[in-house]
Amino acid sequence: METGHEIREAIARRDRSAEEVTRAALDAIGRVEPSLRAYITLLPERALAKAREVDAKIAKGEPVGKLAGVPTAVKDLFCLKDALTTCGSKILANFKPPFSSTVVERLDSADAVIVGKTNMDEFAMGSSCENSAFFPTRNPYDLEGVPGGSSGGSASTVGARSVPLAVGTDTGGSIREPASFCNIVGVKPTYGRVSRYGMIAFASSLDQAGPMTADVRDAADLLGAIAGFDPMDSTSVDVPVPDYGVGLRDDLKGVRIGIVRDFEDSIAVDPKMAKLYKDAYEDLRKLGATFVDVTLPHAKYGLATYYLIAPAECSSNLARYDGTRYGVRVDGDADVYAMFDKTRTAGFGDEVKRRIVLGTYALCSGYYDAYYVRAQKVRTLMKHDFDTAFAACDVIACPAVSCPPFELGAKSDPVAMYLMDYFTIPMSLAGIPAMSVPGGFVDGLPVGLQICAPAFEEARMLAVAHAYEQATRHAAKLQPVVS
Amino acid sequence: MADVPIDIAYISRLARISLTGEESSRFSAQFARLFDFIRELQALDVSGVHATAQVIPLSNVMREDELKPCLTQDEALANAPAREGPFFKAPRILE
Amino acid sequence: MSAALETVIGLEVHVELSTKSKMFCGCLNEFGADPNTHVCPVCLGMPGTLPVINKRAVEFLCKAGFALECTVAPFSKFDRKNYFYPDMPKNYQISQYDMPLTTGGRVVLPSGKAIRLNRIHLEEDTGKNVHAGGHMTTSEATLIDYNRAGVPLMEIVSEPEIGSPDEAEQYLMVLRDVMLYIGVSDVKMHEGSLRCDANVSIRPLGTKELGTKTEIKNMNSFKSVVAALEHEISRQHACVASGERIVQETRGWDEVRGLTYSMRSKEQAHDYRYFPDPDLPPLSLDEATLASWRSELPELPAQRRERFITQYGIPQYDANVLTQSRFDADYFEAVASASGDPKQASNWLMGDVRKSLEAHGLTLSTSKMTPAALGELISMVKGGAITGRAAKEVCDVLVAAGGDPKAIVEQRGLAQVSDESAIVAIVDKVIAAQAESVAAYKGGKAKALDFIVGQVMRESRGRANVDVVKRLLMERLG
Ligand SMILES: [Mg+2]
Ligand SMILES: [Zn+2]
Repeated sequence: METGHEIREAIARRDRSAEEVTRAALDAIGRVEPSLRAYITLLPERALAKAREVDAKIAKGEPVGKLAGVPTAVKDLFCLKDALTTCGSKILANFKPPFSSTVVERLDSADAVIVGKTNMDEFAMGSSCENSAFFPTRNPYDLEGVPGGSSGGSASTVGARSVPLAVGTDTGGSIREPASFCNIVGVKPTYGRVSRYGMIAFASSLDQAGPMTADVRDAADLLGAIAGFDPMDSTSVDVPVPDYGVGLRDDLKGVRIGIVRDFEDSIAVDPKMAKLYKDAYEDLRKLGATFVDVTLPHAKYGLATYYLIAPAECSSNLARYDGTRYGVRVDGDADVYAMFDKTRTAGFGDEVKRRIVLGTYALCSGYYDAYYVRAQKVRTLMKHDFDTAFAACDVIACPAVSCPPFELGAKSDPVAMYLMDYFTIPMSLAGIPAMSVPGGFVDGLPVGLQICAPAFEEARMLAVAHAYEQATRHAAKLQPVVS
Repeated sequence: MADVPIDIAYISRLARISLTGEESSRFSAQFARLFDFIRELQALDVSGVHATAQVIPLSNVMREDELKPCLTQDEALANAPAREGPFFKAPRILE
Repeated sequence: MSAALETVIGLEVHVELSTKSKMFCGCLNEFGADPNTHVCPVCLGMPGTLPVINKRAVEFLCKAGFALECTVAPFSKFDRKNYFYPDMPKNYQISQYDMPLTTGGRVVLPSGKAIRLNRIHLEEDTGKNVHAGGHMTTSEATLIDYNRAGVPLMEIVSEPEIGSPDEAEQYLMVLRDVMLYIGVSDVKMHEGSLRCDANVSIRPLGTKELGTKTEIKNMNSFKSVVAALEHEISRQHACVASGERIVQETRGWDEVRGLTYSMRSKEQAHDYRYFPDPDLPPLSLDEATLASWRSELPELPAQRRERFITQYGIPQYDANVLTQSRFDADYFEAVASASGDPKQASNWLMGDVRKSLEAHGLTLSTSKMTPAALGELISMVKGGAITGRAAKEVCDVLVAAGGDPKAIVEQRGLAQVSDESAIVAIVDKVIAAQAESVAAYKGGKAKALDFIVGQVMRESRGRANVDVVKRLLMERLG
C-alpha cells in the first residue's frame, strides 16, 4: 500500500474511492493478520461506513477532512464509543466505553478511516508487545522477532504496509522503539501537544499519543490532525498547531545538530550499531548540517528516575480496576475487598503487577521523599540538561535503540527489557518531542535514528527527519516478509 | 535481595493484589536488580533542586461551572459486572 | 487521678458546595435524583477520563475563606489520596494535602471566643453505598449510587481549640450561618451537605500537651454531634478514672444506642500515599481575581448583627434571631424600610408574625406575606386606621394567604371606629350587662375598669378606638 498522502490525493482526484481503498486495506490486513496478529479488534463495518461517508461528501463536492479516506489503526487504549477497548488487558477484556477519546474524535473529524484497534503490551507496559494479555504480535520483517512495544500492533501493521497510518502512545519509548523495529516513522510529540482524554492512562505525567506512519509527511499530516488544545485535558497546552507538512525540507543547510557524547559512549559497545549511527550522522552532514557535541549528564539516571515515577503514577491510575463499575470481575466469596483482590490478581499480568507493587512502594509514607520526590528532582535536572544542550543546537540526533528487533522470548528478565528504553526515556522525562525515522539495517533488520527537538518544536524535528528520509530512503530498501 | 527494603506482603495488600510465594520472591529478586540503578539516584546531590511534578508548567487551568449531558442510567450501568435495579452491585463491606 | 480534666475538640467539617456542576466534570450537582443518573465517564472514573477544575468551586472556597478570615495560598495544588473503597470510582480521591487553597482563619463564637482554623481545602465527594437489607456488615450486598461522586466538597479543619460539646455546636451553627449568607452551600445536614468528624481528647487542666485523641465519625445532625461528643468525653473520663489507656482510634457514632464504638475491628492498612495529581496543573490565583471575588461577598452575619443593634436600636436577642438566616434578615430590613419603624418591624417579626408562622407551619420564606404588606400593616396601626388587636387578625390572614392589608381590613370590617355616637351604644350596653364589675369598680377596685374596657373592645370586635372607650366609661362611671 502507498503512503497516506498518496492515497488521500488519489481519492481527492477521484482516481479511487475511499471505499476501494478501505477494502484494499482490510484485505491486506486479512492476508497478514494470521502471521502478525497486529489487531485486537478489527472494525470493518465502521471503516466501510466511514469510507462511504467520505465518498458521498466527495461526490457532492463537499469539503473533506485532511485525512479523508486514509486507513488508520489506533492502539487499543484509545476509547472508542461502543467498541471493545481492552488496553491489552484481561481486566478490560469486555469493556466498551460509552464515549470516544479526543484522538478518535479528531481522526473522525479529519475523515480518517479507522480500521481497527491494535495489540499492545498490557496497559502500555513493555517493549516487545509480548505483555499483551491476549497474544504477542510479530515483526513483519522477522516473524520470529518482536515488533517492539508497547505500541507493537500499530508498528507491525504499518511496517507490513497494511495501513499507512496508526496512532500509538509513548511513555518511555513505546512509539519510538517499535517504530525503529518495524522500519517506520514514529513520533512522540511534546507532552501536552496531543490530548490524553480517553487515552487509558499508564503514567499520566509521561503518556503522550503520536503518529506511527509510513513516512515523515504522513507523520506530519497525522500529527496536525490529532494535535491541539483540548478543554477535556487540563495538561494539554493551548499553543497554535502549525501546518507541519508545509515546513518539511529536503536539505539541512544551517541546521546545527547536537550529538550526545554520553550516548555515543554507550552505543560503542556494539560496533555494528555504532557504525549504523555513524553512517546516519554522516548522511546528515552531507545534507548540510553542522555538528555540535552536547552532553546529557543526567541521562544515565533516566532508567532509575523513570522506574520510580512511572510505576508510582500507574499504581494510582490502575487502582480503579476493581471489578465494580466495568471490566471483568472475579467474585470473592467473603466481601468486597476479597472481590477487589481476586479481580485484580486474576485480571492483571505479571509486568503490570510488578509495576503496581513497585509504584505503591515508591509512594508509601517514609519512602515517598527518598524515591518519588527525589526522582522528580532528577527530572528537573534532566530537563535542564536538554535546555543547555538546545542552547547550542537546533535538534539532537542520537540512537533510538541499542539493538535491532530481538526474538520473542529473548528478554525474559524485566530489567533487561527496561534497558531497551535507555535512549528514549530521557526525552520522555523532559517532555520534549522525539521521533524515530528509519536509519538503516543491522543484521538485515531495521534500526531507527532518533531526532529530538525543544518543546513544541515538532516542525523543526520533522523537517530534519524529512530531509534525512528523502536522502536515504531506508524504509524502501527492505520489504516485509509478509504482504 | 536483603538490601531491598520492600515489605512485599504489606505493599501488595495496599495495592489489593495477592501475590503467590513464588511471585513475591521473583519480584523481590527483580527489584533488587532495579535498585542497583535506583541506588545511584540516591547518591546524586539534589539539594536545592525543585521537584518537577509536571514537565510542561501550566497553572490555573479551570472550566466554567457549566452543565454537560450525563449518561443515561443504562449507559452508566452498561459495563457493570453486576447491577441491581438502578445501582452498581458489589459484595458486602466487612469494614 | 483526681486532677481536673479539660476537653480538647478539633472538628473537620465537610461542606458540599452548591455549584451547578460537579467538581471535575459537567454533571449536574443535585441531591435526590434517581440513582446513577447524574454521572458521566469522568465521575464514574472510566479509563482514560481526566478531571478539569470547576472554577466556581474554587471561587466558593475562596469566598468562604475570606468570610472566615483565612489566607488564600499564593500557590496550591491537588493531590491524590489513595485508598480502596467501593463508593470511590477511581479508588483515589482528588484532594489537597500539603498545599491547601487557604490557611489560617477563625470562627468567632457568639460568646466572643475565636476558634482558629488550620486550613480549608477543596476535594471531591464520594458516591453513596446503600446496604441492601440494613447495616453494611450484615447486608448481602453493597449497592452503589455514584450521583454524589465528584460533588465539590470543602473541608474546614479547625485547630483543637473547642472546649466542649456546646462550643462544638455553636461552632457548627456559626459555620452554617456563614455558608448560607455567602451562598456557597445549602448546608443541609440531613441531606449530607454538611458532615462532621471530630478529634477528641482530654488532658489535665492547665497542661499544654494534647492527650491521646480518638476520631469520631458518622455524626449527621447538630444534635448527634453534641450527643456523640458528650458520650465520648465521659467514656474517656471513665477510662482515665479506671486507669485504662485511651487508644488512638477511629470510633463510629451509633445514633440509636447513643454511644461511640471502635471501628478498628478489621482495620485496613491506611497509608494514603498522597502525591500531586499529574492530571491537574497547580493553582496560583492572581490578586485581581481574588479582589473581585472578595468584593462580591455580602455582609456577614456577625457584622449584620452589630449593624442591626446600632442602626435600628433593636435588642441583641432580636438581632441574633433576625440575622440567623440571610432571608429573614433581608425580610426584616425590607419591613423596617416599608413601615419606617424598625423597632415595630422587629416586634412584629419576633412576636405575632412568628406565632402565626408557627401556627400555620410556615416560615418567612414559605409564607405568602410580603415585607411590603407587613410594613403597611404596621403603618396602619401607627396611623390609627386599625387597632393593634385587629391588626393581629389581619397579620394572621396575611401569613396564611397573603394579600393586601387594606383590602383585608375593608373586607372584614376591621377599620378602627372613633366616632363617639357608634361607641356610646356599646359602652352603655356593656355597663348594663356587667353590673357586678361596675359595682366593684365603684367600690374602689380600679382593676375592674380594665375588664370593662376589654368587654367593650370585644363587643366592637376590636375596632373601637380604645382612648375614646376609656373616656366615655370614665364620664359614665365617674
Ligand atoms: Mg476530606
Ligand atoms: Zn460526571
